[in-house]
Amino acid sequence: MSFKKWWLIGLGLALVLATLSPLASGSPDGLQKVAEQQGFSGTATQSQFQIIAGYLLPGIHNETLSKIVAGWLGVGVMFAAVYGIGWLIARKKHSSPSL
Amino acid sequence: MHIPDGFLNVPTLAATGVISAGTIGVAVKVAAKKIGEKQVPLMGMLAAFIFAAQMLNFPVAGGTSGHLIGAALCAILIGPWAGVIIMSAVLSAQALIFQDGGLAALGANILNMGIIAVFGSYFIYRLLTKILPESRRGKLSSAAMAGWTSVMLAALAAAFELSSSGASPFNVVGPAMLGIHALIGIGEGLITMLVVSAVMASRADVLQMERI
Repeated sequence: MSFKKWWLIGLGLALVLATLSPLASGSPDGLQKVAEQQGFSGTATQSQFQIIAGYLLPGIHNETLSKIVAGWLGVGVMFAAVYGIGWLIARKKHSSPSL
Repeated sequence: MHIPDGFLNVPTLAATGVISAGTIGVAVKVAAKKIGEKQVPLMGMLAAFIFAAQMLNFPVAGGTSGHLIGAALCAILIGPWAGVIIMSAVLSAQALIFQDGGLAALGANILNMGIIAVFGSYFIYRLLTKILPESRRGKLSSAAMAGWTSVMLAALAAAFELSSSGASPFNVVGPAMLGIHALIGIGEGLITMLVVSAVMASRADVLQMERI
């Protein structure tokens, strides 16, 4: 298998995982649970702005679909952003004179 | 274990922010020396995979859930400095776009899950792969332990930050955080082992590439 095919399959798996995200447990996570038990969960403050808060894309009323699309968007954004960062770092490597 | 805004005080936010920013700077410098052609798409793919896997909370005991961090996967599959970059990017996107984890607390979340968890699991994996037999089983056991340890270290760091912020005394929040994350860490260990095993079966050479 070529390396490109391999990482494309990995990327595809990420999309599959995002598609399964509506099945995730909605229970509080470890930190939230501890905060509730120890009485400081109420000190949490809301963000000043909300873009895709709670992994639900605004504008899609079906919550399941909204979460799936938000997950796909996130997968795309993460791949593009970190590929871009890696590319910039690699370019810096090749353009700098070797010491 | 994304810390929201409001839990940490200003000195803790400032200290963790400075440490994380400085470490990311070093990570970029180290990566610029070592990055190869193949590692660019690998970084992107890992970031996308970890982001998606983090959405999948699995239930653990007592009405609590946990999800993958992915720090150990980064440490094992690409190396710790690239891992810091990948995890910082994921945590930043989660805070900025998805309002998961506070914006002011981003430095603390990067320190816990993107730096301490990454380097902790990297050293545990290296240590265990030296001690255990050089077999598939040895590597997979090391990966599972690295995953579990990464969660425990991140939980310990979060407990320190919470106690230094006055949210809860350390002798209370420390054991509580470690107790629940000892269970969540089992999930991290299993997923880490599963993914490393899949990489071994499909492209074992990825594990032979130079660590960044």
